[in-house]
Amino acid sequence: MRLKTFLILMTFLPGVLLADCLQRGTGDMGVIIERASGSVLVIDTSAHKVLSHVEGLGDLSHASVVYSRDERYAYVFGRDGGLTKIDILCGKIVKRVLQGGNSIGGAISQDGKLVAVSNYTPGGVKVFSSDDLSLVADIPATPFKDKRSKTVGLVDAPDQRFVFALYDTGETWILDMTDPARPALTKFTNTGRLPYDGLITPDGRYYINGLFGEDGLALLDLWHPEKGLKRILDHYGKGEQQLPVYKMPHLEGWAVAGNRAFLPAVGHHEVLVMNMSDWREAGRIPVHGQPVFVMARPDGRQLWVNFAFPDNDTVQIIDSETLKIIKTLKTGKGTLHMEFTPRGEEVWISVRDKDEIQVYDTRTMKLKTRLKAQKPSGIFFTDRAHKTGL
Amino acid sequence: MKCFRFATYAVLCLSLSGGALAAPTADRKAELMYLLAQDCGACHGMRLKGGLGPSLKPEALRQWDAEQLAQTILHGRPGTPMPPWSPFMSHQEALWLAQQLKEGISQ
Repeated sequence: MRLKTFLILMTFLPGVLLADCLQRGTGDMGVIIERASGSVLVIDTSAHKVLSHVEGLGDLSHASVVYSRDERYAYVFGRDGGLTKIDILCGKIVKRVLQGGNSIGGAISQDGKLVAVSNYTPGGVKVFSSDDLSLVADIPATPFKDKRSKTVGLVDAPDQRFVFALYDTGETWILDMTDPARPALTKFTNTGRLPYDGLITPDGRYYINGLFGEDGLALLDLWHPEKGLKRILDHYGKGEQQLPVYKMPHLEGWAVAGNRAFLPAVGHHEVLVMNMSDWREAGRIPVHGQPVFVMARPDGRQLWVNFAFPDNDTVQIIDSETLKIIKTLKTGKGTLHMEFTPRGEEVWISVRDKDEIQVYDTRTMKLKTRLKAQKPSGIFFTDRAHKTGL
Repeated sequence: MKCFRFATYAVLCLSLSGGALAAPTADRKAELMYLLAQDCGACHGMRLKGGLGPSLKPEALRQWDAEQLAQTILHGRPGTPMPPWSPFMSHQEALWLAQQLKEGISQ
């Protein structure tokens, strides 16, 4: 190529490349999963606008998202084992790998360099470079029957660690990725029966497993892993008839208000209140159905709760101080997920069967606006990039 | 359904309750398929390849006949997260759903 032609091309090329991409900050952006069509919407939370529509992400039932620390890239974990890196400014897939047969979510490391995926099939956790999605580590789970245990509740933790649970074999593992070439595992084999999800406190200190197969929760203090797991709320629900659970609750994030933490009960139509200083039950709030998500507004003043089938047309708002339900909203069938804007003045709610996102003012608890979305499920805003465990 | 004793209602009552034993109507079939993809899909995967719950593809269900599967749908599996769906569908509807699963649902 002649130098002159080359220089002319160079002048135009960046312009051509940038033409499709937005030139803006990403702090008020987010991604909404369209579960049935294998696509996502990139949205603007200030303008209440859809910015782009990205397709070709495979089976997104039960998909979740984490963000790069520059809040430009979204990593989408699909049900079919797909891990997709999206550039939200360009509204394009940067890279996509099919890393497993069946997965359930993931996490990004403290330094932002590693993305870990939790797999059902083959059971285990795989760790990838967040840059090019190349495989860094493969951590198979404990064998169970003719397969390997499913892994659940994968979160990132301080000191370049990941924590997750083994559903079938009732274990909790800490994966230390300080040296990516030598992943170090610490295993706790006495978690309890069927841990179905896990969460970590916002400071990254405590990891808690929800148990489906027995009463209570398993607590791990990551400042003192040598002390092992401690069973908490183990008297909870004893001797009571469990109600059928038509959708497993999610332990995402940590609904904390003051010294109290709030969790969805399993098999009881209640939100559990726990005192965080001694991890004892501090009350139960009867609610409309089996809670799925119990989310605290960022200031902790309100809790927003959605429910499992057949009560998934409702959202209830609880006053975190009085523990009273202050509002019951009929959002519509298939109300699947809720996400607060970074400082909590709004909450965005996905309503699958209405093909829409409803945006509520959290102070007035009134509907502000709606956005069209095809069978929306998870909503993930970029401020998650800087939160441990999200 | 409450059946009235009045003779005049007898015919209507019989025809309505008889409807529950026949194959589901086209509308009801669509509802059941939606339930399967969206709500069963929460655990079994929207494409039924499995998740927290096992795969519901025909090859994974070979060892059970449709009636056995219908019983599992209606009454759940104690000791596992599979709940009973009998509040939401009749035996005939569960059997129809089980037959669809055995045959395989193209998605």
